[in-house]
Amino acid sequence: MKRREVRWSDLLFFNSLRALALLIILVFISIFVFLYISSAETFNTIGWKFFILQDWSTNGGRFGALAFIYGTVLSSLIAILLATPVSVGSALFLTEIGPRVLRRPVQMLIELLAAIPSVVYGLWAIFVLAPFVKDHIQPVLRGMTPGLELFQGPPFGLGLFTSGLVLAIMITPTITAICVEVFRSIPLIYREGAKALGATTWETIRLAVLGPGLAGIFSAVILGLGRAMGETMAVTMVIGNRADISASLFSPAATMSSVIANEYGEASAGLHLSSLSAIGLTLLLVSMVVNGFARVVIWRVTRGAR
Amino acid sequence: MVQKELVLSIKDLHAGFGSAEIVKGISMDIHRQDLVALIGPSGCGKSTFLRCLNRLHEETEGAWVRGKAELFQQDLYERGADPVEIRSKIGMVFQKPNPFPSMSIYDNVAAGLTIRGIKKRSYVADVVEYCLKQAALWEEVKDKLKAPGTSLSGGQQQRLCIARTLAINPPVILMDEPTSALDPISTAKIEELITELRKQVTIIIVTHNMQQAARISDKTAFFLLGELIEYGATSEVFTTPREKKTESYITGRFG
Repeated sequence: MKRREVRWSDLLFFNSLRALALLIILVFISIFVFLYISSAETFNTIGWKFFILQDWSTNGGRFGALAFIYGTVLSSLIAILLATPVSVGSALFLTEIGPRVLRRPVQMLIELLAAIPSVVYGLWAIFVLAPFVKDHIQPVLRGMTPGLELFQGPPFGLGLFTSGLVLAIMITPTITAICVEVFRSIPLIYREGAKALGATTWETIRLAVLGPGLAGIFSAVILGLGRAMGETMAVTMVIGNRADISASLFSPAATMSSVIANEYGEASAGLHLSSLSAIGLTLLLVSMVVNGFARVVIWRVTRGAR
Repeated sequence: MVQKELVLSIKDLHAGFGSAEIVKGISMDIHRQDLVALIGPSGCGKSTFLRCLNRLHEETEGAWVRGKAELFQQDLYERGADPVEIRSKIGMVFQKPNPFPSMSIYDNVAAGLTIRGIKKRSYVADVVEYCLKQAALWEEVKDKLKAPGTSLSGGQQQRLCIARTLAINPPVILMDEPTSALDPISTAKIEELITELRKQVTIIIVTHNMQQAARISDKTAFFLLGELIEYGATSEVFTTPREKKTESYITGRFG
């Protein structure tokens, strides 16, 4: 009798887990199907050119996603470039270099940063970060590189660079926290091996922490990149919301998520609404491509290290 | 008999963590080309003592050291002594093989050179080949030097770590139970290698395996509860120990 009961509960456990796993797959498929159906009108009228058209005119009825793809990719790229060195550096400080008494409080502060709602980041960015970029960062960069289009343009304070900056601040806690876990999981014997060879602190970090942790650092960066690409609220508040591809990092732009958030409420049915869904679908695809690419990179990096 | 050159002279060395004293006033002299085995039950302080000799002990939180340990008349613990400098003169092989996991066999052996800024290709290649030959690993890996160090078997990894240590050419090598994680055949190979190496380097080896100590060492030090009970020629320590405690341990009455 007893054995039967055990088997029955095992079966229940197994099936409920399977159901939960299936549920996740179902949700994903339903999102995909919903986006595909609701964007059908756009792809029927405009076709694949939707991805390479730059025009976005609600009144003129011309819709293209390129400016938003550009905005999303570039603002995320700026965020990653700024956040990665800061995060890896903080993680090294927390695990390898910093005085032990400082490690816990600093780590708690960093984790606290991750808990701030993105709309609060947005508000702070509008009132503090944007004026700072306008008055201090852009003039300096422009002064250092005369003639370089990248830093020219009128100083609005709102735009791609400010968005990238606020995104960097938002993803730094994520990347740092994962890097801390990665570095802590590396066995002590490698550090001791390096030190026993006469390695200095920096060389020990290079040989026995950054080397073995490279794949983990990549995963952390990819996770941060994913968050940066999808982040909506804070970006919408500081990017300036203009569907435009400009050579300057300081001019207003828009991202895929910001245009959806801005226009979905007032979009009347028809091509406009359908195009916003198409942008949602594009964002999903771009995220999947970036993730896939990242996995390939991680796989290639770790092939030698296992 | 001519007295060989004094390499290490340890005088009243105390070490521990926080309020716990693990090494309680050890004094011993080690001469050139000695192969000294440190034996004793677990927790007797022999590993901690060994880690004091290349100043690795202090890397652990709460660790402290008192006393003197002189390498060629130079106190390792004098004010201003640089641990990085000391560790390049005293190599160490650990209990678990620890080749750097992100690096190839070649790069692992070359690691000690590259951190010293030695980059000349032909020279590094020569050193790598020479050290791998010394570590009796060359024939097994010469066709796959670019393969990851961790792709080797445990015994091969340990010989790789020995080659890595040899590459910085230290006069002294410390070994902390280098065969306790290995199978008997790999152990035999490492023992053979150690007896070969002792012709050029002074080796201090911690071991739990008393047969191993008897087989390879020419001097044996018996540690008990942080104290050095007996230190002398291996043949004498194992056959006619002076101390009762040594005899009890060797005959298997405790430990």
